Amino acid sequence: MAFDGPTIAETLRRQGISRRGFLKFCATTASLMALPPSMVPAIAAALEQARRPSVIWLSFQECTGCTESLTRSHTPSIEGLILEQISLDYHHTLQAASGEAAEAAREAAMRENHGKYLLVVDGSIPLGNPGYSTIAGVSNLDMLKETAAGAAAVIAVGSCAAYGGLPAALPNPTGAVPVSAIIKDKPVMNVPGCPPIPVVITGVLAHFLTFAALPELDDHGRPKVFYGESIHDRCYRRPFYDQGKFAETFDDEGARKGWCLFKLGCKGPVTYNACATTKWNQGVSFPIQSGHGCIGCSEPGFWDMGPLYKPLSMPIAPVQMMVGAAAAGGAIAGAAMALRNRAAKQSAQAAHQKVTVADLEKAK
Amino acid sequence: MSNLELLTWARGPGLSIALAVCAFGILLRLFEIFSLGRKADLSKAREHSPGSGWRTIVSRSLPPPGLMKRAPVTYIGGYVFHLGFAITLFFFVPHIELVRGLTGLSWPGLPTQVVDIAAVAAILALIAVLASRLSNPVKRLLSGVQDYLAWLLTFLPLLTGYLAFHHLLIDYTLALALHILSVELLLVALPFTKLFHTVSVFISRWYNGDIFGRKGVAS
Repeated sequence: MAFDGPTIAETLRRQGISRRGFLKFCATTASLMALPPSMVPAIAAALEQARRPSVIWLSFQECTGCTESLTRSHTPSIEGLILEQISLDYHHTLQAASGEAAEAAREAAMRENHGKYLLVVDGSIPLGNPGYSTIAGVSNLDMLKETAAGAAAVIAVGSCAAYGGLPAALPNPTGAVPVSAIIKDKPVMNVPGCPPIPVVITGVLAHFLTFAALPELDDHGRPKVFYGESIHDRCYRRPFYDQGKFAETFDDEGARKGWCLFKLGCKGPVTYNACATTKWNQGVSFPIQSGHGCIGCSEPGFWDMGPLYKPLSMPIAPVQMMVGAAAAGGAIAGAAMALRNRAAKQSAQAAHQKVTVADLEKAK
Repeated sequence: MSNLELLTWARGPGLSIALAVCAFGILLRLFEIFSLGRKADLSKAREHSPGSGWRTIVSRSLPPPGLMKRAPVTYIGGYVFHLGFAITLFFFVPHIELVRGLTGLSWPGLPTQVVDIAAVAAILALIAVLASRLSNPVKRLLSGVQDYLAWLLTFLPLLTGYLAFHHLLIDYTLALALHILSVELLLVALPFTKLFHTVSVFISRWYNGDIFGRKGVAS
């Protein structure tokens, strides 16, 4: 990647990050991404020499939660600093410029780094009516197409950009679609989550800078290294599931003892993400550790996948009415069948002809 | 359709349809069976035998003497399968949660290791009885499509449940979706195949016991 300006290592040093701290970050990133330890120097070398890549960040139908998640870490981390260093060419939440000046910055970045810049998108794109979401009078669809045309790769950050997310929840009033539904001719990587884990974003960026390519993706376009295993498989409460020990309510003894939250609707078994291993807020905790079940936010359409507080084995909608009606229908049909059988029996009896020995002898 | 969407369909509309067909079919069959009635028995009862029907329900559930020698696979396989299946069905916590969700009733579950052993035993027993059915010429001659269909419909929920629980071969979400779908197939077929014995077994045993009691046969 040939960009102008200081290298990432120079920028980090200016921010007061020691070489030891930097190498620690590289080692953590390598282990997070399941790369062999021998790759650490390669990552370090690549990151040290990488010029600040130009990143354009487009925000469409979203809540800014993804940006909040990535920038509001409690104390500035190397992840946060790397992210801030690379993401400032255009990001209309973070940049100081507004209006014409902001758009001019985007256009300048696109022109100067054509074919090389990374495009990060958060939020879904409304297809229902271009007026549902616009930036400087340009519809989200037009801006995405225009900006993606010169991008090296596109990263869809958050479940809205990756799958349509909350705006696409039924009945999807704006006709919201994910980035991958529009951009077909560029590598698109999904980093879903509501919001996604910051370290996943920086890990992926580090991978892009080191290998000049996106990491291996799964069926949903997610980097396998972070989304390869279910929350359930990596959950520290898993032994309680295996022992059949479950919290029944959020304040019972089981909940206080930290038992499994399956019965309270935890979606960990069907959710693929790194929460249980990397955790949040610099490894402090993650939802299940804080006593709440996983809501499955990194899975497509999680909002429409049944109630958040119903166990996975429970029916999504009440079935009693339908089953009751069907049973009543069965009883009525059964009664009708009984009448029919009875009538058949009676007509058979009526048609029954008695034959005597004399009749038989006559017939001879 | 993603795996999660398939699972959501299975937990939602799929389950409703399957339960509705099952409830409709069971009521239909029961009404039909009971309304057919039997010819009035005009002869005098051989002996007064109160409770003969109820005793037969128990006695016919126990192995008759000599069966172990005559048909060891049927004997062991049959019991192991039915017990293993019942333990897996009624004492696996997610299954109890399903019943609680549908009816509000619940009871304590067993540790998953115990359920796991029961499920494996039921699977092995099913394979053994199928092998015996195929290798024994008499059994093979007596078997029709419906027998193999009933076997398959019973086997699939056990297999997919086992794969889902152990995260084997296929993605868990897909395995869980297939598991629920296979159970829905079983529910749909239950009233209209030999699987209806799940509902009718004790009814017919009671009837047999009662009628034979009248005819002087000890239960």
